[in-house]
This record gives sequence, C-alpha cells and structure tokens, in this order.
Amino acid sequence: MTATATRAPSAPRTRRAPRRRSPAARLRSAGLYLAGTAVLLFSVFPVYWMVATALRSQGEIFSRDQSVFPRTVTLEHFDRVVNGELLPGVSFWTFLVNSLTVTLGSVAVAALLSLLAAVAVARFRFRLRTAFIILLMVIQMVPMEAMIISIFINFRRIQDGTGVTMLGNLTGILIVYTAVALPITIMMLRGFVAAVPKELEEAAAIDGASNMVIFWRILMPLVAPGLVAASIFAFITAWNEFIVALTFLGRSTDDYTLPLTLSYYFGRTGTEWGAIMAASTLLTIPVMVFFLFVQRRMVSGLTMGAVKG
Amino acid sequence: MAQTVKTAPPDDRAPEPETRSGSGPRRGPRLRIGAPYLLIAPTLVILAIVLLWPIVQMVWYSVHGFTTRHLLPNAPAPEFKGLEYYGRLLSDPEFWTILRNTVAVTVLMVGITMGLGTLVGLLLNKLPKWFSAVVAVGMMLAWATPAISASLIFRWLFMPDRGLVNVALDALPDWLVGSGWREYNWFLEPVSLFSVLILVIVWQSFPFIAVSVLAGLKSIPSELYEAARVDGAGPWRSFWSVTFPMLRPLFALLLVLQIIWDLRVFTQLYILANGFQNKSVYLLSYYIYQQGFSASPPNYGMGSAIAVVMTVMILIVTAYYLRIMIRQGETR
Repeated sequence: MTATATRAPSAPRTRRAPRRRSPAARLRSAGLYLAGTAVLLFSVFPVYWMVATALRSQGEIFSRDQSVFPRTVTLEHFDRVVNGELLPGVSFWTFLVNSLTVTLGSVAVAALLSLLAAVAVARFRFRLRTAFIILLMVIQMVPMEAMIISIFINFRRIQDGTGVTMLGNLTGILIVYTAVALPITIMMLRGFVAAVPKELEEAAAIDGASNMVIFWRILMPLVAPGLVAASIFAFITAWNEFIVALTFLGRSTDDYTLPLTLSYYFGRTGTEWGAIMAASTLLTIPVMVFFLFVQRRMVSGLTMGAVKG
Repeated sequence: MAQTVKTAPPDDRAPEPETRSGSGPRRGPRLRIGAPYLLIAPTLVILAIVLLWPIVQMVWYSVHGFTTRHLLPNAPAPEFKGLEYYGRLLSDPEFWTILRNTVAVTVLMVGITMGLGTLVGLLLNKLPKWFSAVVAVGMMLAWATPAISASLIFRWLFMPDRGLVNVALDALPDWLVGSGWREYNWFLEPVSLFSVLILVIVWQSFPFIAVSVLAGLKSIPSELYEAARVDGAGPWRSFWSVTFPMLRPLFALLLVLQIIWDLRVFTQLYILANGFQNKSVYLLSYYIYQQGFSASPPNYGMGSAIAVVMTVMILIVTAYYLRIMIRQGETR
C-alpha cells in the first residue's frame, strides 16, 4: 500500500509516449483502484450495516446466519420507533423536540455571541486581545470529561426560588452546549470578518451610515456563509453530545435528548437491534445532511491555517 | 501585545479605524476603546462561569472530601484532605493500570489513525478525480456518524452469537483463525474490548486526517517532486524528503488534535463496556465518571483528583498546540 499510495511512481515517464501505458503502470493503477475500493468499503460498510439492520425483519435479525444483503425489507422497526413508545410513556417525537430545542437554542445564542466576539477580535486591537484568543484555544482543549463533576455540582447548586435546579431540564444543557460551541465558532468566524474589506465599511460610514446599518447591510451579508458554517458545526456538536446529557438528565426521561434516549434504550432492551439501528439511523441522518454542506469548512476550521491555499 | 505593532498583514488594516475613523458618526473616543470589550463581554461571562471556573473548582474539590451530602442545603463544610486523594491514586495499582491502558490505547488510536489517514490522503491524491470524490463522500459517512450511533453499530457487529464479525470469523476455516468465534464475547476482556474501541475511533477519525492531508498535498508545488525524481528519489524517499517536511506543521497540528480527542474518549467506551462493573476496561475519563456518578456514595474529591491528572496531561499537549498556533500567527 505504501508504494501505491505515494506520489512519484505513476507520474508518466518522460521518455515514453504518455498514451501507451506499460503493464507495470496498469498494474499500479489497478492497485490504486483496489486500495480506493477497500477504503470505500471500510468507510461505508458500518453505516450500510446500520441501515440494513434497521430494514430487515425481526426474524432475520434473530436468525443465526446473518446475510450481508437483507432477504426481507420492512419498515416495521422505523414504524415502531417513530410511532410507538421509545421509552415507557414517551414517544420518539418528544425526544426529537428536546434535541431540536437544545441544539437550535444553543446554536442561535452561540452564533449571535460569537459574531460579536469575532468582530471584536478581527476588527479591533485591544489590550487583552491575544489573551482572549489564547483563552479560547485552551478552553477548547480542556475536555468536558474532566470538568463534568465541577459543572454538575455548579448546576446542581443553582436554584430558582422554588428549589428547582438546573439539572433535569433542558435549560442547563442548553447553556453548557452554548459555552462549548463558542470557542470554535469564534475562531471560524474571525477569518470571515477579517476578510470583509475595511474600505467597504469606511465608504458606508462616509455616506453617513450608522454602525448598525454598517453591521447589518455590509458586514452581515458577507459574513453570512461563515455564520452558516459555524452554526452547522455547533449544531453537529450539540446534536451528538452525550456526556453532559447523561449527567444532567438523570431522572425524568421526558427531558432526554436523542443520544441519551438511544443509550438508555440500548441499556433497557439490549437485543432489539432492529429498533436500535432504526433509531440510530434517524439520529444520523441530519448530521450527514449538514456534513455534506460544511465538509470543506470543517477541515479548514479545525486545522486553521496549517493548510495554506 | 507587543506583536500588534510589528505584525504585517492583518494589522495594517485594523489599527486604522482607531486613529483615523474615529469618524464613526456618533461614537466618542471613549466608546471606541470600550467597544471590543463590550463585544466579547457576553462570551467571556459565559465561558468564565460555565467552563473556566469549574477548572479552578476541580483543583479545589480534589483536595477536599466532597460527596452528595455536601450538596444539601445547610451542609457542613467539606473537610480539607490535602493531597490524600493524590497519594491514594499513586499507591493504587488499579489506577496505574488504568493510566497505562489509557496511554497505550491513545497511542494506538493516534498512531493507527494518523498512519491510515496519511496513506488514504496520499491515495486520494493519486486517484482519478471522480473516484477520489466517491471515496471522499464514503469517508464522510464514517466521519459524520454520531459517536453514539457508531458505538452501537460496532457493538452490534461484534455481538456474540449473531454479530456479523463473529458469524464471519466462525465461517472462516479453523486453521486460519481458530475456532469458537461465534460465542466469543469481545466486551469482557480489556484487550478485545479495547481492540473494538480502537477500531471505532479509527473508523470515525481517519477521514479527517485523510482529507486534511489531501488538502495539504494539493498545496505542495509539483516542481519539488519532479526535482526529487530527477535526483533519483523513489516514492518512499520523496515522501520523507518532500511531502513530510512540507507538511510538517500540518502533521504536528493533526497529531496534537488527535491526541487530545483520543485521550478523552468516553461515549464509545460507555456503550461498548455497557456499565461500570468491569473495572479492568476503564480508561481515565471513564474512571472520573465512575467516581463522580456511579460510585455510591459519589466521591467527587477522588473523581476531581483523577480529572486534574487528565487535565494536566491534556494541558501539556495543549502547550505544544499553542506553540504551533502562535508560530503560525493564529493568535495575532
């Protein structure tokens, strides 16, 4: 694989006519295709297996000889997940609404706040600017798994007048998801803000536009694509989040998000693989759709500048 | 902040508004200076309360005896324990096993992910465009699958009796793979469970490395490879003398990110181990969670001490990350 994968060998030799390829070159090209197909299969197969399991009949899942292609195709598992009670007394739709509330809520707040902060970082020189950027980079790295105990205790202690804590409801995790999303969305957005030509804003200012007008009419349209990318990134992170939901939403299953529901359902039933895979598929679809939108931004957002051009 | 004066490209536009376009119609100079702070204030407040302060508390909890009792109203003040928890950890062979396993599993995950990802990146660069695009979309599926779904898929693939991998291994001739695979339970012993865990993580993370390496490769001028070829360098040689040095900053960054992401793996282990009964398959993050939320009564002090150990490990790697970022001018 090393030989086929590196650069030099398939570059056409200068002396030969490029159209007629030697047997060795053909063999190399076949090897490349083979390796590519192997990578493709390795990547796709588990996802295929999830969908295939979700679509085959209960009898086939329980049979001792699993076939790679389903012999029967049925929507019974999807039907059970979507229309039945996923956890006792609570339907899939409740969990979907919970997940959407937390995710969209945190994305909206994070998008607004990170836009403000990105403008500050990209447009102003101020004394604490470098410190702020370094803070973002460090916070992004400290794992939630390490902080979870302290965060849990803090949210447990915050109470409103009636003694309701921030645990066991969606507000608490919405706040945590917002905070977690902020560093990376700010870092993604600052590049977009910095790329807006200063002259545009100055020209508008000379024409007498107020700061608000400059912000909404000049900056926003140009930064919008970045805002979309950063929001989708925040969406995916919050949509998939597990450990905070697991810690915060202990008792009442009414408030569970989808990933937590899935884990709980798996723990309870254990063998209902058709339904588990159907629910997993439903959890995965929105992420896949968004992913195809932002795939390229994702790479540049995470490696920030290490890839030039 | 001394850099602000000398940095070239981003700066020459930024300082201007402060000096000249104080012309901003209604704003006085005082407001101009305050503006950036106003803009970052909401972010700073949220980050400080939700994420920054807990880091400080984590250290405080790790030197106090703290459990659910202390969360009740009018609870007694938690007792100061000094370094007791750290001492207990250091003298506890189980902790050392978990730490060793965490390091070993992380090294394997990172090593395999980086190696495979780089090879696939090089491969994608060689394939015809259409096929490379097809493979890239396929990899996107692996990358986009949520951790919880991915873990469930692999738990199902490796299920005793009915999992596809067990069925397939059982169908293979015994002289090749041995017998008894059908009933084999992958999730009981550390070595087999960690193998599945590493597989899940590698499956989910190699696409990111591959796509990043591919983007990097496209930025290398082809003249360099031609020059290497003229000098008689084979593929192996030209990788190590052209590709690798050119992409060194990228590789360093990917390596650091991958270490930090893999060191904290929790969700996948939670599904694969399916509970906290089997202490031999714990990793650090799992141990923290078990101390804090599964032990009875919860031992927040001990959990925090382990969390401090893990945070220190991550911060060491983060320091290296910061160095890369500062060198690349990302903090300017």
